[in-house]
Amino acid sequence: MLKVKNLCASVADVEDSDILKGVNIEVNPGEIHAIMGPNGSGKSTFSNVLMGRPDYEVTDGEINFNGEDIIELPADERSHKGMFLAFQYPVEIPGVRPWQFLKASLDAKSEYHGESKISVREFSKLFDEKVKSCGVNPELIKRSLNDGFSGGEKKRNEMLQLEILRPQLAILDETDSGLDVDALRIVADGVNSMRSPDRSFVIVTHYQRLLNYIKPDIVHILVDGKIVKTGNADLALDVEKNGYKDFQ
Amino acid sequence: MTNKNTISRNSDLSGDEYQWGFTTDVETELAPKGLNTDIVKLISSKKDEPAWLLDWRIKAYENWEKLNKSEGEPDWAMINYPGIDYQDIYYYAAPKSSSNTPKSLDEVDPEMLETFEKLGIPLNEREKLAGVAVDAVFDSVSVATTMEDKLKELGIIFCSFSEAVKNHPDLVKKYLGSVVPFSDNFFAGLNSAVFSDGSFAYIPPGVRCPIELMTYFRINTEGSGQFERTLIVADKGSYVSYLEGCTAPFRKSHQLHAAVVELVALEDAEIKYSTIQNWFPGTPEGEGGVYNFVTKRGRAEKNAKISWTQVETGSAITWKYPSVILKGDNSVGEFYSVALTNNHQQADTGTKMIHLGKNTKSTIVSKGISAGKGNNTYRGQVQILPGAENAVNHTICDSLLVGDQCGAHTVPYIEVRNPTARLEHEASTSKVSEDKLFYLMSRGLSEEEAHHMIITGWSRDVIRELPFEFAVEASQLLKVSLEGAVG
Repeated sequence: MLKVKNLCASVADVEDSDILKGVNIEVNPGEIHAIMGPNGSGKSTFSNVLMGRPDYEVTDGEINFNGEDIIELPADERSHKGMFLAFQYPVEIPGVRPWQFLKASLDAKSEYHGESKISVREFSKLFDEKVKSCGVNPELIKRSLNDGFSGGEKKRNEMLQLEILRPQLAILDETDSGLDVDALRIVADGVNSMRSPDRSFVIVTHYQRLLNYIKPDIVHILVDGKIVKTGNADLALDVEKNGYKDFQ
Repeated sequence: MTNKNTISRNSDLSGDEYQWGFTTDVETELAPKGLNTDIVKLISSKKDEPAWLLDWRIKAYENWEKLNKSEGEPDWAMINYPGIDYQDIYYYAAPKSSSNTPKSLDEVDPEMLETFEKLGIPLNEREKLAGVAVDAVFDSVSVATTMEDKLKELGIIFCSFSEAVKNHPDLVKKYLGSVVPFSDNFFAGLNSAVFSDGSFAYIPPGVRCPIELMTYFRINTEGSGQFERTLIVADKGSYVSYLEGCTAPFRKSHQLHAAVVELVALEDAEIKYSTIQNWFPGTPEGEGGVYNFVTKRGRAEKNAKISWTQVETGSAITWKYPSVILKGDNSVGEFYSVALTNNHQQADTGTKMIHLGKNTKSTIVSKGISAGKGNNTYRGQVQILPGAENAVNHTICDSLLVGDQCGAHTVPYIEVRNPTARLEHEASTSKVSEDKLFYLMSRGLSEEEAHHMIITGWSRDVIRELPFEFAVEASQLLKVSLEGAVG
């Protein structure tokens, strides 16, 4: 599904700012990959580059999604093709209601694929259902997008979006940071319930604790812009015990 | 700031962003260019006006002429334009057919009706479908007023200003100039001398106007100024919601628009006045466009409420401060505004809240959006006079920048002469950040849609004050007006 070959990226318009220095991973349908690494290793850059954030420039390598090179595509088209990024720090957008925003997202996707748009009634039903199952405060969700949400509430809102947009590939950028155990469980439940043979996840995390709830198929250790080790779920436990020092 | 070159009248047209830029080939009757006592008399006689009104116009003209010689145009606003040659403007332009005023829509020039179709206000359908009575002012002459019969039953008067002068002279005489006297300012004085038409509404005591009254203004004749006059009187305990829309054709030369709106809300009455101002803003290179110098003011008597909502996306220059004189005890004044400037547009707009009565309360929510090379200034005055015990004002003044060549300025004047007053002033300036854009785009919205969503969301506190249909139009206008500023 996702093939990343020798991916090199730097901060756009800044010289000698290489962050990713040749990342290779291959994610097959149905797999959950965890990308772990110490602070400053390039984890967040990697997830943002996958989604096409304009702040970064890809200097070399390939990102191939379902057989198509997507490096030139803007974020909205990557979204239409089935990619999703759950943000580490979701931004607050005053005056934009989550309901309206998600309906517009689905409509844009339908339009892109030449499909008919979901009706308001159908969407409202879906929305209410998911608000409930994601444990999102129904009063909060009537307000502006992420505006005045606590850290945990923002992450729940990311999971709500994930469940409504139902992407093929979901990238979770340190979604677990700042979450209490209950919220962590909600994120994990969300991922586990959406797990299917044709949906994949790339979970970027500093700590192993989220992986207590979501069992990854493959764990990569990213250090200084390169994958230095790849293994199974046991690798994460290893890191938990010994830290990243063995890989640096 | 202003120098006295006349505006170039032969520059090229380019760009096609302004979709209301069509002209209508209607035969027009023009008075000669220029302004003098004879022109004022001509306008008055064309309208068969009574002597008192001609007299008022002449006084206004003389006052203006004095002002023009001594001080000229006010120059305190943060706007820059070549001086206006007041002798190079047509002060009277009426479609020829108006000499025999149409008695029904069937008699209206079909081509003119087509113009309104293009504007999206098919008069004859609006009447039935939307329940909106439209008074359409086309180059300052009111074309047709719909729904008049239905309003008549309730005793509501809604007609062109000229008709009001003919049929309700006492009301006009009593209130004309009572809120904005002709000596108020340069442009109000000019308007008082030469106004050719406009709208008039009167709501009798205790009547709640069941529909939204609406006027659509359009400038069509090249080189003509538009000087319409609106007077709305809400008698004791009545309510009215009034909508005003404005467009102008795509012209290479600048057009002057100097309107006056007076609102009178008597005891316990409420007037809600909403405007979508979409005059031609000029080309992306800054050629042409409407110069919009407008005086809007309301007077609120005891327990009365006046609320202004405006979405300003058009005009090369906007100079406009819809204000409320809170004269009666417990009266309320509100001002909600979104002003957008793109390309070379300049806006200096805001409000004045003058607190005279006890327990008076005012709210100001101003949102300025600057894009391209646009310059946007909020200028607001809150005045608490000695008699205004326990007056309250809350002001929110936000600016949003799109791109790095635009400007946003905030100039609040606050004058408090009663120690019991409570005032709050909040202000912020922000940018459409890359973070927000990327967040929305990662959810599938195009860059343009993402911009639009951020901007309309940011303007929501104002847009939701508009009647529903107008809110949709306003949101669309913001989108269209920002084209070219994004990406």
